[in-house]
Amino acid sequence: MYKIAKENLSALFRLIAESQELYLPVRTAEQVNFGVWREDAEVDLDTLKSVKSPKDAFFPQSENLYTCIKEGKKIQIEPEALKEQKFVVFGMKACDVQGVQVLDKVFLADPVDTFYAARRDHGTIVAMACHEPEESCFCKVFGIDCAEPAADVATWMVEGNLYWKSLTEKGEALTKDVESLLESADDADEKKVEDEKAAIRSIVEKLPYSNLSLEGWNGDALSEKFDSPLWEELYKPCLACGTCTFVCPTCQCYDIKDYNTGHGVKRYRCWDSCMYSDFTMMAHGNNRTSQMQRYRQRFMHKLVYFPANNDGMYSCVGCGRCVEKCPASLNIVKVIKAFQKQGGDK
Amino acid sequence: MQEVINRAKELLADGTVARVLGWKAGDLPYNPEPAYFESVESLEDFVYNGFCGANLSKYMIEASKLEGKTMVCLKPCDTYSFNQLIKEHRVDRDKAYIVGVGCKGKLDIEKIRKQGVKGIESIKGAEITDEADNLTIQTLYGEKTCSYADAMLERCHVCKGKEHKIYDEIIGESKDTKDADRFTEVARIEAMSPEEKFAFFQKELSKCIRCNACRNVCPACSCRKCVFDSNKFDSAQKANVDSFEEKMFHIIRAFHVAGRCTDCGECSRVCPQGIPLHLFNRKFIKDINEFYGDFQAGEDTEARGPLTDFTFDDVEPGIVGERG
Amino acid sequence: MSIEAKEEFRPKIVAFCCNWCSYAGADLAGSSRLGYPADVKIIRVPCSCRVNPMFILRAFEKGADGVIMCGCHPGDCHYSTGNYYARRRMTLLFSMLDYIGVENGRTRVEWVSAAEGVKFSTTMNEFVEKIRSLGKNVRLEDLRCRK
Repeated sequence: MYKIAKENLSALFRLIAESQELYLPVRTAEQVNFGVWREDAEVDLDTLKSVKSPKDAFFPQSENLYTCIKEGKKIQIEPEALKEQKFVVFGMKACDVQGVQVLDKVFLADPVDTFYAARRDHGTIVAMACHEPEESCFCKVFGIDCAEPAADVATWMVEGNLYWKSLTEKGEALTKDVESLLESADDADEKKVEDEKAAIRSIVEKLPYSNLSLEGWNGDALSEKFDSPLWEELYKPCLACGTCTFVCPTCQCYDIKDYNTGHGVKRYRCWDSCMYSDFTMMAHGNNRTSQMQRYRQRFMHKLVYFPANNDGMYSCVGCGRCVEKCPASLNIVKVIKAFQKQGGDK
Repeated sequence: MQEVINRAKELLADGTVARVLGWKAGDLPYNPEPAYFESVESLEDFVYNGFCGANLSKYMIEASKLEGKTMVCLKPCDTYSFNQLIKEHRVDRDKAYIVGVGCKGKLDIEKIRKQGVKGIESIKGAEITDEADNLTIQTLYGEKTCSYADAMLERCHVCKGKEHKIYDEIIGESKDTKDADRFTEVARIEAMSPEEKFAFFQKELSKCIRCNACRNVCPACSCRKCVFDSNKFDSAQKANVDSFEEKMFHIIRAFHVAGRCTDCGECSRVCPQGIPLHLFNRKFIKDINEFYGDFQAGEDTEARGPLTDFTFDDVEPGIVGERG
Repeated sequence: MSIEAKEEFRPKIVAFCCNWCSYAGADLAGSSRLGYPADVKIIRVPCSCRVNPMFILRAFEKGADGVIMCGCHPGDCHYSTGNYYARRRMTLLFSMLDYIGVENGRTRVEWVSAAEGVKFSTTMNEFVEKIRSLGKNVRLEDLRCRK
């Protein structure tokens, strides 16, 4: 294990940015989101959760797929280049890292999404343990340990020092690149990190959502959950906006569209939301015609369809962003609790 | 709160209303959700406190299509939106039994978080009956206090007044929480140079994630099909390309509600990225007031909106450049 | 200095003209052999009131450097009142564009009657000059439309 003093972090970022792109939490107009490091960027490692999840680094909200250029009667097609440069995502939390594992199941399964795969190949994840988890967090429910993030490099911020432990080959390589700035940690330091982990875990035990039960939510629960009359009640306050889907680290649905540039077409893909009325629109219309159906789709996908197709893996990681951001205060926890309550009443 | 519940029970029991539209207690101290209550028993979950900021007027568009009357709880500022919806024939006055609920300013959890409060376990002082000026917040990291006024939504600092503009009955006291002028910020931006203005809006709008929450929550945005959802038109994009997309969306969104926007502040409340969207709406309101005389949308159900009206001697568009 | 940089800036200008007055005014300008730059592309609309703020923004998005709207003089609208509504809308829209930092003068409204061929031509000449002095529109364009 290594360590680096907090005040030396900007030197570390500068060093990393010399050879590769660096994404990290940056404060812009009072909000923290992952962005590219620049000398004048206001890096914020204290805010627990970025508004948008860092999935953008691997699966951007909008990305071009190819461009058609029309010149006279000729049409030229230029495919978008795949990511070829290495990059580092610094400061992801354990839940966000798990979110990437969920995306892997979707995009790296056959047929492999080449754009995503190229980014995964070139990206190194430096994760940070959650110093002070918040009430909206429920990663423990999905078996995630926010005190010990499983990434290429795991880091802990304790008393003005960042402790650094590489866990994979990619992590080793990055550590070698920046070794000049790192000091070796001694036994006393190891002890400090262990104490920090214990402190985090004891807070997690106290979080209001940590004992949420997922009983009954699995790939086999399909018809029972799908046909439940509860959805009819639960969806009503939903405004049909896409906030929950766009802040989510695991939502992976996208739309492919053409943009008319006046001298050609740019075909791009962008995140889509199952809450939108034109989601999965087909020539004959939409197969989900009511907001209730759309609302149900989101939770069924996360808690039933996804585990059914991915050996029981849920596509929710308990980051709690939807809990904090829903304009109507709806969220996945309320859905799980409502079903639990109904089960108890029976 | 208890008074509202009691009245709701009476109205449900005697059949005056078929349902009650209010707020249901959440599972955290600050997340009550808008909800329909159809039975006396279900009202045990009813809650009305400082976190019930949601404007329920928009839900009445759907509720107006249901069988029977709906008792709807509206705060003073929500009643402006309701009036506006009546004017636009989007809600049915006869289908609503309006209970004007008291309001002493609504809270913004983001403002509380901004003061460094995290790991919230309970919040005291958010109840409407409580006269406390402070919120006492119990967190996993110790007790915190913050003043009620500091935790209030931006819109409450420019409160339109404690008067309900339309109601069947009023329950509870309201308080005018205005302590700022609503055009101060707009005037500050107007005074900037074009470069500064552009940089300011570019920075704010670059955060936009195109979630459409501002549009969907807006009581004035009540088109059945929004132009930004139309699949026959290429601005129906969810793309976030950090160029012109977001600007066009926000200008058009604000323009479409110009003269109809009551300045209820819901757009800014719900924005997950904290974009001060009210600055667009208020610019239009300020201009309308300056060019065509003071106008408050939702003040009544009759007056013609400024953009569906004209006079022979209106100012020419050139005034924008001349004004400097 | 490259050759391109020396090349004169030719602005792209969209002019929305109402069918009854301004479009006829443009016709008159043409038949009277009054000149105006070819940079101005006219789009005929049934009435100035037909111009939706989105038309103007879309023109900018797709690469226009200036947008001008011409209609009948107030009081002369073929549909009696259309241009009065248009006047209010454009006033508010232009004010908003100014507010978000778009240079003043990229947008303009001018009332041109069917008899005012001269006015049409001078207006267009003036406007093109103005846009030339302002340069390329970079604040409202969509980068994807750049060549």
